[in-house]
Amino acid sequence: MGQITLEKVTKRFGDVEVIPPLDLTIEDGEFCVFVGPSGCGKSTLLRLIAGLEDITSGVIGIDGNDASRTPPAKRGLAMVFQSYALYPHMSVRKNIAFPMKMAGVPQDEQARRIDSAAKALNLTDYLDRRPGQLSGGQRQRVAIGRAIVREPAAFLFDEPLSNLDAALRVGMRLEISELHERLKTTMIYVTHDQVEAMTMADKIVVLRAGHIEQVGTPLELYRAPRNLFVAGFIGSPKMNLIEGDAARQHDAATIGVRPEHIDVVDDGPWQGKVGVAEHLGSDTFLHVHGTGLADIVTVRATGEVGLRHGDTVSLAPRAEHIHRFDASGLRIA
Amino acid sequence: MATQHSRSAARFMMAPAVILLLGWMLVPLTMTLWFSFRNYFPLRPDRVPGWAGFSNFERFISSSAFWPSVQTTLVIVGGVLVITIVLGVALALLLDQPMWGQGIVRILVIAPFFVMPTVSALVWKNMFMDPTNGLLAHLWRFFGAEPLAWLSEAPTVSIVMIVSWQWLPFATLILLTAVQSLDGEQLEASEMDGASPLSRFYHIILPHLSRAITIVVLIQTIFLLSIFAEIYVTTGGAFGTRTLTYLIFQRVLESQNVGLGSAGGVYAIILANIVAIFLMRIVGKNLDR
Ligand SMILES: Nc1ncnc2c1ncn2[C@@H]1O[C@H](COP(=O)(O)OP(=O)(O)OP(=O)(O)O)[C@@H](O)[C@H]1O
Ligand SMILES: [Mg+2]
Repeated sequence: MGQITLEKVTKRFGDVEVIPPLDLTIEDGEFCVFVGPSGCGKSTLLRLIAGLEDITSGVIGIDGNDASRTPPAKRGLAMVFQSYALYPHMSVRKNIAFPMKMAGVPQDEQARRIDSAAKALNLTDYLDRRPGQLSGGQRQRVAIGRAIVREPAAFLFDEPLSNLDAALRVGMRLEISELHERLKTTMIYVTHDQVEAMTMADKIVVLRAGHIEQVGTPLELYRAPRNLFVAGFIGSPKMNLIEGDAARQHDAATIGVRPEHIDVVDDGPWQGKVGVAEHLGSDTFLHVHGTGLADIVTVRATGEVGLRHGDTVSLAPRAEHIHRFDASGLRIA
Repeated sequence: MATQHSRSAARFMMAPAVILLLGWMLVPLTMTLWFSFRNYFPLRPDRVPGWAGFSNFERFISSSAFWPSVQTTLVIVGGVLVITIVLGVALALLLDQPMWGQGIVRILVIAPFFVMPTVSALVWKNMFMDPTNGLLAHLWRFFGAEPLAWLSEAPTVSIVMIVSWQWLPFATLILLTAVQSLDGEQLEASEMDGASPLSRFYHIILPHLSRAITIVVLIQTIFLLSIFAEIYVTTGGAFGTRTLTYLIFQRVLESQNVGLGSAGGVYAIILANIVAIFLMRIVGKNLDR
């Protein structure tokens, strides 16, 4: 079990209200990702749930019980820190055993759980090493191992992959998703990498300055962003946001078209000059200038495109994929 | 660039300093060794200088004051080490807490280190430990107890107290920087792992401090083996507070026998080395982690 509810939770540091009243429910077994720009309060929210910070007001419920004032150890949650926070003077085995030792789990049960965690995380060969003798990815796995053996109601991850290189990040991302499939435990995952958010989440919570901008499945956010902020934040490359006449034609203050929903055609409504063309092989990202719509319009063309710097192109947005927003930035249905 | 050339240039540049330091150390050491094998009485023209063989060493060690002085030395060094480390860790943890006036409090804590040993011993002797007018005597009387004549009734304890007071700032300072370098996320992780404040101290903080404690122990031992002023000013070596250093001073003073004193100096070197090797064995392994 691991249902977590936040009701009117707020957090102030001195005079600064970092989290204004916030409501959120994370269902049992869900993989919930918090995303948002730097400084928006993702870590703070996670630490409030963990109990490492006191909430200023509101109620945090875990499995229906009020846990607002419960000390962190009693909440039954396990956290994986960005810096891993392994104990440097203990071997990997002792690190993983530490929470069980503190909880007074019998020795043979400890050994059994360490064994199964080490097998699951490919750590069997490293159990007697110190954290200082491990690579970044291995340390990350030890930190996860230390969390698993507690058999927590929920896992909390604070940007666990941000210290790893790109290739390892992809690998660990898959391992964590795999782990979630296997354990079916609630996981709350903080990241500012939207690829991680899109690929791993059952539910994404987009935050800005402590406010929840939108909650939904990755595809919901992609298909129907509730406002301009979410529209610009989710999706890579970013959605093109166009104001002025082109928007007014669609009865909106702003329209948004994702790069993948603009086609290069022989005779389209928009014209411009190609600036930088990024050839990725599978796709080509064209940065088109001088369309009179926005500074740069980004277009994603499939495959290799024979366009070069300075070529003139004609573009056509796909009508069914145009997002419309009103003057206050909200989506027009 | 660590090329062959730059390395030999570096050695050449470093040579003057190394040679100076080596001379600084070797000249007194050699002279001590040399005099310890001689009969040498610079202030007594009636005694003939000459070769003494091992007689100085024999006389020094067979004196009834020798072994008690070694024991006193070890007791004082050990006592001060224990007190400064225990209180130093406690103070460091306390000073690390956010509090009002932190900067001033930290400076105040360091202050005793700036007081000269002679001065601090005098202050303790006359203002704190004096049996009639000392602060401690007043305190004792306030609680209706008979004031203690500290320096004659508990002389070793008194000296340990004075020296600990002087060295506590040093220990606190080094341990405070170590406490501050502890990663906060580690403490938070252990908190989530269910560790009580006590087991957090024992399993996380203390191991983190072990390296700093080692350094404090080694440095303090070196200096504590040679404390002198505190004893000279307070008890003058009476009441069983004669350390090896003090014994050497007395021997040279009372008989003008520089040879005998030098032999004592050589014993002091040997003692210091035994203590150092011993300490390295038990705590030194913390250093190569
Ligand atoms: N202990 C604190 N005291 C005062 N302000 C704080 C404290 N901790 C965080 N803040 C403020 O709260 C806001 C949210 O911080 P938080 O660490 O939650 O951001 P974040 O979303 O995790 O950012 P990032 O992606 O950079 O990690 C920031 O503006 C930060 O300055
Ligand atoms: Mg953060």
